[in-house]
Amino acid sequence: MDTTRRDFLTTAVTVAGAAAAGDLAHAEDHGHGHSHQVVPSDPTLRVKSLESLLVEKGLVDRAGLDALIDAYEHKIGPRNGARVVARAWVDPAYKQRLLADADKAIAELGYGGQQGEHMLVVENTPAVHNMVVCTLCSCYPWPVLGLPPVWYKSAPYRSRSVIDPRGVLREFGLELPEDVEVRVWDSTSEVRYLVLPERPSGTEALGEDALAALVTRDAMVGVAKLSPRREGSAT
Amino acid sequence: MNGVHDMGGMHGMGAIQEEKNEPVFHHRWESRVFALRRATGAWGKWNIDTTRHEIELVPAADYLRLGYYERQFVAFIETLVKRGMLTRVEIDSGIPARGSPKAVPPLTPEKVAVLVSKGVPTSRDVPVSPRFQTGQRVRARNINPTGHTRLPRYARGKLGTIERDYGVFVFPDTNAHFLGENPHHVYAVRFSARELWGEQAKPQDSVYLALWENYLDPA
Repeated sequence: MDTTRRDFLTTAVTVAGAAAAGDLAHAEDHGHGHSHQVVPSDPTLRVKSLESLLVEKGLVDRAGLDALIDAYEHKIGPRNGARVVARAWVDPAYKQRLLADADKAIAELGYGGQQGEHMLVVENTPAVHNMVVCTLCSCYPWPVLGLPPVWYKSAPYRSRSVIDPRGVLREFGLELPEDVEVRVWDSTSEVRYLVLPERPSGTEALGEDALAALVTRDAMVGVAKLSPRREGSAT
Repeated sequence: MNGVHDMGGMHGMGAIQEEKNEPVFHHRWESRVFALRRATGAWGKWNIDTTRHEIELVPAADYLRLGYYERQFVAFIETLVKRGMLTRVEIDSGIPARGSPKAVPPLTPEKVAVLVSKGVPTSRDVPVSPRFQTGQRVRARNINPTGHTRLPRYARGKLGTIERDYGVFVFPDTNAHFLGENPHHVYAVRFSARELWGEQAKPQDSVYLALWENYLDPA
């Protein structure tokens, strides 16, 4: 192993070890009883040094980096997917197009692109529950959901979703009836999946915007069902 | 490769930890790693399969210990060196080699919008006939390549059904190693949960994998 990788790892390991030993002084607590993504000061410096080097050699443009980050921090996220879902709920012809050719139907609303070049939308019904995972890495439909949350990229979700989907859903607070058919979609190719959740009952009077506000990221990954009142945040 | 990244079906990874109102990035350096990988990728010196494989090559114990962006960072440095974009001396010192030319970055802010909204499609419009039809029974091959593959271990040797033809796509197993795009058909293959996991699984449940034709034999 080269020096660079070893040094980086040594530092990361040291700090992770401190956190594991209960010394949270060096860890970052997110206010919900555990810490993760424990970060030594080292990556900050190392990444900064690498960026400066790449900029100095003319290999990257700093404004380009900023624009990329801005796109995924502020413009592309689960609100996009929520609009797709709401449109499908109110417009049966759109829903048909969405299930038949997701790329084109999603593009109708102006979404598409990187890590969503090839999309398939799968519909949840009272009889069928779809959920999405990437066991091999962390593939996720960026144009409609943004970048994935930590749990989606984590070993527990990646390892267990395919062998114990019902147990995983239970941890998300979703107990599926025994007779429901569970379909797990493992993102092994460049095809990305979006779950079209069931429209909650009691929302017949709501317009498209109000419906979109009910749709959560987790429901579009297939680890939650939607309720008529918005409980979580999709962003 | 039979790496720890191929974790479908493994036990012992613990409970799922949700974070309420999670930020897109937890630290600034994570966002910089994210952007640097994309921006240098615009040089076309590697492809998405190369970068995935480089992450798989992170030693197993480290892979599990490191966070997502930490893994990406260590793999990124390897890629930069292997593809000749930077030298180890430059990375360790932070200083460009003497006399190295100043390049013109390909990913400018204007081009970011195009990259983000158009992406980099890996489908190929080439006339390759499908070997399998919808509804056909297939068996995933029992292969154990030491290089990159997108056929997870848990599906190898298992019986499935072709549910859909996604079209023709670049083949990761060769593309990752610069051995050609070798495009061919990718299918949605349905494996019953019982076929994969035995009697413990519900009879009506299933797992759908998107598999290249080269991973499949007629059954």
